[in-house]
Amino acid sequence: MKRLDPFLPFLGVIGLIAVWYVAVWNKIVDPVLLPSPTEAAIALWKGMNGGKLGIDFIQTVHRTVVSIAIAAVIAIPLGIFLGSSEKLYRSVEFVIDFFRSTPASAMFPLFLVLFGVGDKAKISVAAFGAMLVILFNVAYGVMNARKTRLLAAKVMGASRLRVLSDVMLLESLPQTFVGLRNGVSLALVIIVVAEMFIGSQDGLGHRVFEAQQLFNMPDMYAAIFAAGALGYGLNLLFLLIERRFVHWSGK
Amino acid sequence: MNADAALRTSSTGAVAPVEPVVVTRPHVTIRGLSKRFDKAVIYDKFDLDIPRGKLVSVFGPNGCGKSTLINMIAGLIPMDEGQVLFDGMLLSDIKFGYVFQNYREALFPWLRAFDNIAYPLKLMHVPKAERRARVEKLVARLGVKLDLNRYPYEMSGGQQQLISIMRALVVEPEILFLDEPFSALDYEMTLFMREQLQRLFIETRTTTVLVSHDLEEAVYLADHVLLLSRHPALVADFVLYDAPRPRSDATLSDDEFVRVKAHCLEVFQREVRRA
Ligand SMILES: Nc1ncnc2c1ncn2[C@@H]1O[C@H](COP(=O)(O)OP(=O)(O)OP(=O)(O)O)[C@@H](O)[C@H]1O
Ligand SMILES: [Mg+2]
Repeated sequence: MKRLDPFLPFLGVIGLIAVWYVAVWNKIVDPVLLPSPTEAAIALWKGMNGGKLGIDFIQTVHRTVVSIAIAAVIAIPLGIFLGSSEKLYRSVEFVIDFFRSTPASAMFPLFLVLFGVGDKAKISVAAFGAMLVILFNVAYGVMNARKTRLLAAKVMGASRLRVLSDVMLLESLPQTFVGLRNGVSLALVIIVVAEMFIGSQDGLGHRVFEAQQLFNMPDMYAAIFAAGALGYGLNLLFLLIERRFVHWSGK
Repeated sequence: MNADAALRTSSTGAVAPVEPVVVTRPHVTIRGLSKRFDKAVIYDKFDLDIPRGKLVSVFGPNGCGKSTLINMIAGLIPMDEGQVLFDGMLLSDIKFGYVFQNYREALFPWLRAFDNIAYPLKLMHVPKAERRARVEKLVARLGVKLDLNRYPYEMSGGQQQLISIMRALVVEPEILFLDEPFSALDYEMTLFMREQLQRLFIETRTTTVLVSHDLEEAVYLADHVLLLSRHPALVADFVLYDAPRPRSDATLSDDEFVRVKAHCLEVFQREVRRA
């Protein structure tokens, strides 16, 4: 039975497709609203191979990657700085938590005023949201660094700066990756939503929205699956990077 | 001055009629050490001499301040008052090693065992080639057979603690502090590690202060057993145990060992009852 274990995840997928087919064949859902899995798959294949969907996909990837990169470049050093002093972090904690709890979509109008209707506004809202998530995780990672490990470095004669770079930084890496993964998921959500509504010409959000407006359901499902695959893939990518570079995590 | 630490600091009838030991200046002199946590007075004008090249075991009731003592000597926590001198020098002027009880949290899991051991040398800006040479020299000297390319989490508890001890020794410290280094290990590993520590000590003769909650271990490894009392901690006794090294299982049933251990237990129980 053990040999079948790697195939277990596929059971759910097969089950979902089967239910879908059954629903289509028995016309449980209006066929206009729910095309068959085959139609959706063909739309996905065609769209990704030289169709508009491929271009939109790349646009969304590009925006998400740029926003997460900006977020990481700002949040990681800032998180280490804030986390290295508990007092400092406590004094800004409320502000961070407040904006972290504010729905990023509520910030769209503000960013539109600041950056105009182009890519800049979308990317900066997503970067803003992701930044707070990463910042919070990095700061906590640094603050929760094992006291014994810090003492060990100190007792061996490490300077404050050395303790920070040799111990705190590495201690916070597992938590930093948690932040990066959550951050990238959030950035993707924000980007896709922004692509739907803020006068967009491309991107997966735009594709979903346009397909819906044109009542082209196979295209809409194709775009949804492309977005899902993107989200899943990004998460997986970060997990793989984490396994590679934070080999001690959880050990 | 301070001809014999054992005599000077003993407050109650010392056991062994102290043989004329070679008169050397004590390595560490602790004078007027005071420490309180909030209202609890842990140390009040505490004096102690630690002899050079000897292994001193610290034993006493729970919470009497054993860890606090070596942490203050090693500069991990500040003292309220008093002075600790090493050959008349301050802590900042000497090299010392400290081994934590919790090896899991004391080692760096992102570094291989080898780099963990070499880390203090890196802090001292020793060039890479020399770091390698010095770690290898230490390994050869201790006769350690371990794959140092592994990460700490790939090793057993005893192996990890051995790595921490080597990390403390690699700088060739003048003094070594160990706070219950074996108490997180299982019994078999503890016995093995005691032997390792004894061999290390015979090999290096580094002045060593070992906190132990196991009286047998404390006496077995010690040249002197420092027995502490509680609230505030005083030297209840400073017992000499000078059985020749290497000591072995046979030592444990030796008359002198049994007598010293019984004496320590008596002092300990008196102190526990008093509190
Ligand atoms: N940071 C601290 N704040 C307040 N009280 C403390 C602190 N550290 C230690 N104490 C108290 O000081 C006393 C001595 O503590 P210490 O850890 O030195 O004892 P110990 O002899 O090492 O005990 P154990 O046998 O449990 O290891 C204890 O009563 C403890 O509760
Ligand atoms: Mg203790």
